[in-house]
Amino acid sequence: MKPSVGEQPPEQQRYARVLEWAARAGLLVLVLSFAAYLTGLMEAHVPPQKLPELWVHPVDRFIELTGSPRGWGWIRLIHLGDIAGLLGIAILAGGSVLCLLSLVPLYAARRDRAFAAISLAGALVILLAASGWVSGGH
Amino acid sequence: MARAAALGSGLFLAAASAHAAAPAANGAPWWVWPLALFLVCFVMGIVAVPAGIGGGTLFVPIVGGFFPFHLDFVRGAGLLVALASALSAGPMLLRSGLGSLRLALPLAVLASASSIFGAQLGLAMPANVVQILLGVVVLAIVVLMFVAKKSEFPKVDRPDALSQALALNGVFYDAASRNAVSWQVHRTVPGLIVFLGIGVLAGMFGIGAGWANVPALNLLMGAPLKVSAGTSSVVLSLVDSSAAWVYVNKGAVLPMIAVPSVVGMMLGARIGARLLNVLKGQVIRRMVIGVLLFAGLRALFKGLGVGP
Repeated sequence: MKPSVGEQPPEQQRYARVLEWAARAGLLVLVLSFAAYLTGLMEAHVPPQKLPELWVHPVDRFIELTGSPRGWGWIRLIHLGDIAGLLGIAILAGGSVLCLLSLVPLYAARRDRAFAAISLAGALVILLAASGWVSGGH
Repeated sequence: MARAAALGSGLFLAAASAHAAAPAANGAPWWVWPLALFLVCFVMGIVAVPAGIGGGTLFVPIVGGFFPFHLDFVRGAGLLVALASALSAGPMLLRSGLGSLRLALPLAVLASASSIFGAQLGLAMPANVVQILLGVVVLAIVVLMFVAKKSEFPKVDRPDALSQALALNGVFYDAASRNAVSWQVHRTVPGLIVFLGIGVLAGMFGIGAGWANVPALNLLMGAPLKVSAGTSSVVLSLVDSSAAWVYVNKGAVLPMIAVPSVVGMMLGARIGARLLNVLKGQVIRRMVIGVLLFAGLRALFKGLGVGP
């Protein structure tokens, strides 16, 4: 007999639900901000017509030439169209943290300490990467 | 779907008139590149599904080899392409039971941590060294696609102690045989070690690692093929998240390269999924292997400074 959706473990269903919303929100922000950047509705940090002479360089040289932010410096330039796209990317790359943290109470209630710890560790690894402490953007 | 693709193309043309469409140093106006990227990724998305390969695996060697962007930005965009694809497929795979969260989590946590190291290493190495290594990895993928066997339902007589302690098992409904299939895994420790290495490769090259995840889960750990493919996507969503942050923090994610790639690939993948029963999977797969072979050799020669 075909198992119904309800037959998947509750943590798997919760993870799927949070992941779905995070992916939708991230893609929506990404596409809308990019459309605003392309059509000129939002001002650009690096005008599109300048990009072909810049994107041929390694990232360090690109940043030197454009003064683009590193780490979380993009937050203060969020009003600029090309930088605003990073918000969508942050939602996509950070959504899994919410998914993993949402599992912890479920595992803890079931006294599944190993998986509560693994979920927490997974969230911490992504947060560590996002913080820039280990990735050189801090 | 075709309307969405046309809309995407139209947006670039509208953008061309919104901004000064001055030709760049190489003669082509700026908007030609993101438009070409969108169209190429759209086609890659269509062929990736029937070829049974992640779009992220095609992206870096092809875009890195044939577009003018520096490899740093190509890898940043490649990670986002693989991440967006994994995030889109993840919820459906988890709800259907084809993806196992319980199996994915321990492997993904280790691979996520090592992907941070891989991404840092990749961004610290000279571009020609990365090109050479990328060429070697892509050629290895081609060999793997040729020779790797698949086992629909591997036989796991007894799960190992760690697999038992973590209860790495489950049941999934196999639509082809119309049966509920119970599964369990073994060789958990070697599996964890292999996933550590997979994380490094995923972070270093910005390529999706489904090509490595699936054989590791299926042939090494003994998960059924469909569960391996579904779980691989959940693992990728976590691994690529960590690695993507390294590229974002370094400033190596350019929306002008990443967004057309993600959108083109996702629209193409939806068409590819619909055409799954129409296109000849084997023919497409051979074609994709041919393109990867060419792109792998090109990356290798580019890194060695041979040819144009």
